[in-house]
Amino acid sequence: MRIIDKVSRIDRRGFLRTTAGAAAVAAIAPAASSTALAEPLSTVSADGAETLVKIARDLYPHDRIADSFYRKAVETIDADVSSSDTPSLLSEGVAALDAAANKLKGKRYVAVADEIDRVAILKSVEGSAFFGKMRGSLVTALYNQKDLWPKLGYEGASFDKGGYIERGFSDIDWL
Amino acid sequence: MAKFDLNDDSVVVVIGSGAGGGTLSNELAQKGINVVCLEAGGRHENSDFINDEWESFSQLAWTDTRTTSGSWRVAKDFPNLPAWIVKAVGGSTTHWAGASLRFQDHEWKARSTYGDVEGAALLDWPIDGAEMAPWYAKAEDKMGTTGTNGIPRLPGNNNFKVLHAGATKLGYKEVHTGNMSINSKPRDERTSCHQLGFCFQGCKMGAKWSTLYTEIPKGEKTGHLEVRPDSQVIQIEHNATGKVTGVVYADKAGKLQRQAARVVAVAGNSIESPRLLLNSHSAMFPNGLANGSGHVGKHYMRHTTGSVYAVFDKPVHMYRGTTMAGIVKDEAHNDPKRGFVGGYELETLSLGVPFMAAFLDPGAWGRDFSWFLDRYDHMAGLWIVGEDMPQENNCITLSADKKDAFGMPVANVHFDDHPNDDAMRNHAYKQGAAIYDAVGALKTFATPPYPSTHNLGTNRMSEKPQDGVVNKWGQSHEVKNLLISDGSQFTSGASENPTLTIVALAIRQANHVAELMAKNDI
Repeated sequence: MRIIDKVSRIDRRGFLRTTAGAAAVAAIAPAASSTALAEPLSTVSADGAETLVKIARDLYPHDRIADSFYRKAVETIDADVSSSDTPSLLSEGVAALDAAANKLKGKRYVAVADEIDRVAILKSVEGSAFFGKMRGSLVTALYNQKDLWPKLGYEGASFDKGGYIERGFSDIDWL
Repeated sequence: MAKFDLNDDSVVVVIGSGAGGGTLSNELAQKGINVVCLEAGGRHENSDFINDEWESFSQLAWTDTRTTSGSWRVAKDFPNLPAWIVKAVGGSTTHWAGASLRFQDHEWKARSTYGDVEGAALLDWPIDGAEMAPWYAKAEDKMGTTGTNGIPRLPGNNNFKVLHAGATKLGYKEVHTGNMSINSKPRDERTSCHQLGFCFQGCKMGAKWSTLYTEIPKGEKTGHLEVRPDSQVIQIEHNATGKVTGVVYADKAGKLQRQAARVVAVAGNSIESPRLLLNSHSAMFPNGLANGSGHVGKHYMRHTTGSVYAVFDKPVHMYRGTTMAGIVKDEAHNDPKRGFVGGYELETLSLGVPFMAAFLDPGAWGRDFSWFLDRYDHMAGLWIVGEDMPQENNCITLSADKKDAFGMPVANVHFDDHPNDDAMRNHAYKQGAAIYDAVGALKTFATPPYPSTHNLGTNRMSEKPQDGVVNKWGQSHEVKNLLISDGSQFTSGASENPTLTIVALAIRQANHVAELMAKNDI
């Protein structure tokens, strides 16, 4: 079968293509979330941006996917919110989430170490407009990134390559 | 190419250029009848189509505001997108997957076959399988349907091979790559399928039949067909004797125009067609044009659908090749012992990553959800297409407060599943999962119905005028020179994808209308 290389990269500088590399990405990815965004966001502070990236990963967690994809998704949502009639949606949402985190765990959302605890905090604000905006927008802001598709094993457009008729449309070999 | 005057009242005006309207337009033009086909959407040729799910959606989908109500999950997840259909020349034949199945004989007689199902408004069609057989044959020949007319079936892709292996292990017998109006070899000056995997986004090869590059250019070549894109009809007008005289439409600039007509055929799909009739109310037709019986907009059907996606430990790459690549027909018969009347088809389906994220389980988040997308290349998928029960309360109505750009009330789509629909869907989910479990699925997921692609029944055909909107020819019971030419004339939904039946009905209707016009009877 013609297989897609799903191995992700850690950052913008280098690619990891080995199986060991994939494992390394999985191990390193959570720590990488403390890295600042390339560009500051227009509707939230740097701290708030860090929280949003963490939220994005917690909502749609893919251990093999580098933080850069989540950052890009957050940038898209920020741009969208900044031109809306509720430009404070994200900053107020982060504040409310941190308040919920403080109440449940005695610290800011990003400082809560375990994903399972952060998910519980997210669940406590699930009915909010902020949560709805983040979750709903991520469906396209994250998953409609063309660079992300190969990491999930999707090849995208095929017409320019002659379709799949010569590229494995019926090459399954394990049935 | 023909060009007709706005005041030319000898023309047939066809509203919509999809399976019904596009076919009817060409069939009439071939007989020398002058036709003005008004299409609300723009004209995009094959080369304009986009191999990208969201970009293509922006290009082709009907995204004008609609509202929803009822207990169906679409009303919660996609409140302004009840249907995934097309606003473009070619209509939803640009987007359809190509499945071309004839009704089974008993499906023409749903009321007689299924009996009195509580809460359902079942009715027999005033036509049957024997009457439709020659028209089906013409449609299959026109569309180049595989498995008919000596046309070989398409090769099966990976998604089909998984379905086939599981289904045959389960004991299903009728499992094959379907009857598809997608060229398996070059035919009708169109090339064969190159397995692009973007059937829903408009076939860039032109291998899949669409009125856009078959019926419409053929009709235009006769000199008897003028297609006007970007022309949205907002009202049908009539005279003092109750005959329709023409239509008012908004042109590309949004300017209102009036096209005179000898006959008007409505083929705007089952949401816009009844909306147009309801919006064409007048002193003579206070409840909407052709709505004396009160059935316009009623009995909205959308097929009992749903998807099953399965994840395997080894790769599948289901997105490679035709979207609807094969079928299991063994559950399509009527066997009430299963706990429901009517039957269903299981057909492969795949979505790309962007649409999988949006439709697998709308609203879901967290690891249970991302687990599936992490294994996207290991997924196989199928779609359920089953007969749903017509219900009086499932209906298209005019919104009380929302209006479109031309000041006309938008459509509200109300839908509740009938208990028969629920029972059928649950049965199909179970069988779909069993198919994949039989070949070692790690996990299966029952995806809820997508926004409707098969919209049916809102101007239904009936023997008696009090039971429906049109007669056996799709001609309004009340207004002789008004026709319905799309899936809204369906009396019942059957278990088959509707396009082949819409095309067969349109060919038959063109023949009849030409005869009536020749006799000056219309």
